[in-house]
Amino acid sequence: MLTLVGRRLLSSILVLLLATGVIFFGVTSIGDPLATLRQRPGVSQQTIDSIVARKHLDEPGPIQYGYWLRDVVTDGFGTTLLSDQPIWPELRRALWFTLQLVLTAEVIALVVGVGLGALSAKRQYSALDYSTAAVGFLGYSVPIFWFALVLQVIFTNLFRATGVRIFYTAGLSSPEAGTGLAFLVDRAQHLALPVIALAYVHVALYSRYMRASMLEVAAADYVRTARAKGLRESQITRKHEVRTALIPVVTLAALHVGAVFSGAIVTETVFSIPGMGSFFIESLQQRDTYQIMAFLVMSALFIIGGNLMADIAYGYLDPRIRQPPTTQGVGGRPPTTQGVGGRPPTSRG
Amino acid sequence: MAEAIELYREGLRFRARSQWELAWRRFVRHKPAMFSLVLLLMICGAALFAPHIAPYGLNEQDLARGSQAPTLRGLHLFGTDRLGRDYLSRVLYGTRTTVWVALVVALLSTAIGTTLGAVAGYYRGWIDSLLMRLVDFVLCLPFLAVLLIAAAFLGRGSPFRVAVILALLLWTTIARIVRGQYLSLREQEFVEAARAAGASDARIMFRHMLPNSLGPIIVNATLTVALAILLEATLSFLGFGIQPPTPALGKLIDDGKGAMLTQWWLVVMPGVVIVVICLCVNFIGDGLRDALDPRQARR
Repeated sequence: MLTLVGRRLLSSILVLLLATGVIFFGVTSIGDPLATLRQRPGVSQQTIDSIVARKHLDEPGPIQYGYWLRDVVTDGFGTTLLSDQPIWPELRRALWFTLQLVLTAEVIALVVGVGLGALSAKRQYSALDYSTAAVGFLGYSVPIFWFALVLQVIFTNLFRATGVRIFYTAGLSSPEAGTGLAFLVDRAQHLALPVIALAYVHVALYSRYMRASMLEVAAADYVRTARAKGLRESQITRKHEVRTALIPVVTLAALHVGAVFSGAIVTETVFSIPGMGSFFIESLQQRDTYQIMAFLVMSALFIIGGNLMADIAYGYLDPRIRQPPTTQGVGGRPPTTQGVGGRPPTSRG
Repeated sequence: MAEAIELYREGLRFRARSQWELAWRRFVRHKPAMFSLVLLLMICGAALFAPHIAPYGLNEQDLARGSQAPTLRGLHLFGTDRLGRDYLSRVLYGTRTTVWVALVVALLSTAIGTTLGAVAGYYRGWIDSLLMRLVDFVLCLPFLAVLLIAAAFLGRGSPFRVAVILALLLWTTIARIVRGQYLSLREQEFVEAARAAGASDARIMFRHMLPNSLGPIIVNATLTVALAILLEATLSFLGFGIQPPTPALGKLIDDGKGAMLTQWWLVVMPGVVIVVICLCVNFIGDGLRDALDPRQARR
């Protein structure tokens, strides 16, 4: 197990280095990174020269990459391209907000999705099954940003009509949020809508996955054995079916971190949450290569961590794969790249 | 029973049905898919002929009738914006761009993905490992972020550029599927027979093996259409996709969001069109999967 983790970690680092290299060269070679700055009136040649000197922009690409890599390791991603601000403090703050949003959304999505999926498998072809399927289909067809906007319209107008504040529709806290419990309630009121917007799509994904997984398990011999020896149905479901069916879903969730980060970009923009997504969009608008790279490395680290967790969780939950996996199926590792029905679990905003 | 015996005496008449005929019959029986197909064709038709169908021009202003909620008066079924432009017409033009982009993406990414997947699956070796490393590479970065970077630095707001960028990032799924298919097909007898008969590699790959993996390819191309519509809308909404003067649904929503609290139709209507199109495409994909790959049919 340990060697497996070590090997995966090593290859991940190589892939990460390669990926950052390609993107770094891609982004820096596309055009002059200072083009917008040069056009701005009132920017002296001196300022531009100092940026060029500071970031070694007159050196060839590999050397620029080398300097960047040094800053990443020794200086917390170095400083921004244009204003020479240190990147790490802001990134850390953004990361903290994003983690609050993303973790809440993921936990809720997993609980609701697994519950709905399990129930609709137990009551196949019931009204509940069909409505879960409908929710699933909608989840694959609704753009997150639009769903978020509609939520904002509904809840803002609700507040205006009734004067009762249920959920806030932008930001993360009120000006006078208070402390202790009051602060927590305030934060929850702010987080609720973004969490709903982000969790919805994933509920669709997990519920369909869980349903398929449960149906597969329900046909297994050991479930028939359990029933034959006279176990109560609730016990069969809880101890034999759900537990096994959960394996591919949990691993899918861990593999899904990248998609979650993608979804957060859109959600944070709509709800003006100062997290990683807003950080990224802002740096993209300013064409600040160094901030963009910082975001990519940070989210790549989370994705690699997620993949690693998937591997570990999987080996822990299912002893069979300590040998290499042969077939996909009950308890098989979910195909990393292919979600339910051939849909890739890449989030698409 | 007697009837059946009578029928048998007369001699049964068979008509051989081809694979595709059988698939089509299965598809027709899938009611949501058929309904979606009809609806989607209607929407696409309306979008394609937008200049002839739209009640007003794309930029036709009528300041006296600005900011109207959806109404039958003047046939402003989707309302009007601040400048009194008919929103239904604008949405129709936007749909045209969106559908066009999605089709280009699906065709292009399927072509790239099928070719690369076929080559990787057929030859294996270094091409295969290169492809798989590339997939690893794509998977370790957040997809939307990479897409946004590419669009921001290369897109420049033209629909065709946006479509090409999307296609260049979306071909990996289909390449993986085709590769898997080819890996198993290449071991089969008919491939060996073709090779013994002296067929060239290209002929074996595209005349003999490709028809056998068309099912998953078609299904995936359909799903790519839905994905491309959602991604293009997201890009345009965030300001890195299609730029004015070309109308696009995502951009319409972005423009409308400033006034959305009082004029909900500016945001809701284009979004509803996106949702309806994607629902249709996903249902069609579902029906196609059941029709083309009966073994995988949903339980």
